[in-house]
Amino acid sequence: MAIPIKYNLRNLRVRWRSTIATALGIALTVAVFVMVMALARGLKATYVNTGDARNLLVMRKGSTAESSSQIERSKVLRFKYHDEIARNERGDPVVSPEIIVLIQLDRIGGGNANVLVRGIGPIGLELRPNVKLIEGRLFQPGLAECIVSRKIASRFAHCRVGETFRAGKRTWRVAGVFDATKTTYESEIWTDADEVREAFSRSFYGSVLLRPKDAAAGEALIKRLEANKDLFVRVLPESEYYKEQTKNAGPIQFMGGFLAVIMSIGAAFAAMNTMYAAVGARTREIGTLRVLGFRRRDIYLSFLLEAVLLALVGGALGCLASLPINGMATGTMSWTTFSEVAFEFRITGELLAKGLAFAVVMGVLGGLLPARVAARKPVLDALRSA
Amino acid sequence: MDQPIVQIRELSKVYQHGDIEVVALNGISLDIGRGEFVALMGPSGSGKSTLLHIIAGIDRPSNGRCVVEGTDVGDLSETELAAWRKQHVGFVFQTFNLIPVLTAFENVELPLLLTGLSARERRDHVEAALELVGLADRMRHLPRQLSGGQEQRVAIARALVTDPTLLVADEPTGNLDAHSAADVLALLQTLNRDAGKTVVMVTHDPKAAAHARRMVHLEKGELLNGG
Repeated sequence: MAIPIKYNLRNLRVRWRSTIATALGIALTVAVFVMVMALARGLKATYVNTGDARNLLVMRKGSTAESSSQIERSKVLRFKYHDEIARNERGDPVVSPEIIVLIQLDRIGGGNANVLVRGIGPIGLELRPNVKLIEGRLFQPGLAECIVSRKIASRFAHCRVGETFRAGKRTWRVAGVFDATKTTYESEIWTDADEVREAFSRSFYGSVLLRPKDAAAGEALIKRLEANKDLFVRVLPESEYYKEQTKNAGPIQFMGGFLAVIMSIGAAFAAMNTMYAAVGARTREIGTLRVLGFRRRDIYLSFLLEAVLLALVGGALGCLASLPINGMATGTMSWTTFSEVAFEFRITGELLAKGLAFAVVMGVLGGLLPARVAARKPVLDALRSA
Repeated sequence: MDQPIVQIRELSKVYQHGDIEVVALNGISLDIGRGEFVALMGPSGSGKSTLLHIIAGIDRPSNGRCVVEGTDVGDLSETELAAWRKQHVGFVFQTFNLIPVLTAFENVELPLLLTGLSARERRDHVEAALELVGLADRMRHLPRQLSGGQEQRVAIARALVTDPTLLVADEPTGNLDAHSAADVLALLQTLNRDAGKTVVMVTHDPKAAAHARRMVHLEKGELLNGG
């Protein structure tokens, strides 16, 4: 059996001042790591939640985002009545030609931000059953009315029911507020697609969202539309489209990772310093343990373990410190639409485990050299140290 | 005398300090029999501690042989020496060298962690050892809660808990008051006389040495009376 772990735990407790100081440095690093990753995950989850696997999204061939796609009205009419497309109870094909434009709105607290306006067809809401009107009523086409998401209503000025704001050639009146929790729609304003085209002088739609009768019909429709050279469209399941958009989380993840790595180098050096001090103060104990018959390897593992335990204390503190932001809402710029995307931080058990693993890595890096020094001390020299 | 437990032949130890060679031991030959209580005496710098360290396997000779229980200590690698020490040597230090964060019980248990004993067996051994040194009622105390004499007795319990071939003590009374020193020496004497332990003790105090059955004097790295 090796040197008992209680030896390390009690030593950490005895020199509690340096233990806490070092652990706090590691805690800060782990907290930053967990928070940034929670941000990236929340953003990704928002995109993934938005897509409905039953829906197909039609965009111009070569477009990677709705915002850069254009589909002429005449083309929509050419496939709107295809047999593969489902019909609602009124017998209308479940097809919503849509267009998105960016407008600038004033934030409630000052400043402004880009907000995405989505013009939808009359059936647009039917295609998105997860979106619910929670206040007011749906917009009526032709009256320059719109509905806004709950987050937009709470973050931007003039966006409460009954209020008006100017955008394009129109003054828009907010008719209702919708709830699209945890989807990117939570950051949008919706109105009639044809009115948007008029108000912003567009002759085309951006994309078409539709619902095929079933999965087989969906596959057939994809083949049929993509094979039609005149249409020149790309068709993909809506869920897949939003999965592609998760790349928006990339820059955040990269910056977060970069920051965490830089901070972790500092924290690992702090741990190293603490462990060197521990080895220095306990040199005679090391000599005694060696005389008792403990091998160099036992000494090495014991001090390395102590560094890891120290880092785990910091890691646990860091995880605890990051927990309050779980579920907290915030917004960021989407790099494909250049509008603001609202989302929530998401801390999962797996992310906390990664935070702790990150702390362990710092502990190991900080502990390797001091543990080596401890293990290599000649027995007699160690015994003679004061 | 039976086959000696320690056989030292033409043993030398030379330390290199830069360009200067310091001869700590010079051609020493000495036998120590089983069940002996030997006091190694001499002034500071006479080489008595160096000799003890070589017998205990924590230092190596420059020349000559030191055979303990049939094993030439000088032939062993670092790892083999560690394994050899835990089996054959119980070491008592002048400064006690207890681990400050461990209780008396845990300090005595330390060398047993290197054996294959179960927790229950270890507990029995530790309790017996602490009982033997008269500290059964101080098991849960940390070293700082003990007097110097008590600390040294815990250290002796730790040295003998594995039932080693040799008990070696380096100035075991050097840091103790007269009363505690007498207790510790009486304990070593009892262990030698009643339990048959072979004890090798370094001291420069003639009163301490008087407790041993045999005295060996060193001066300038050589034996004065031929061992």
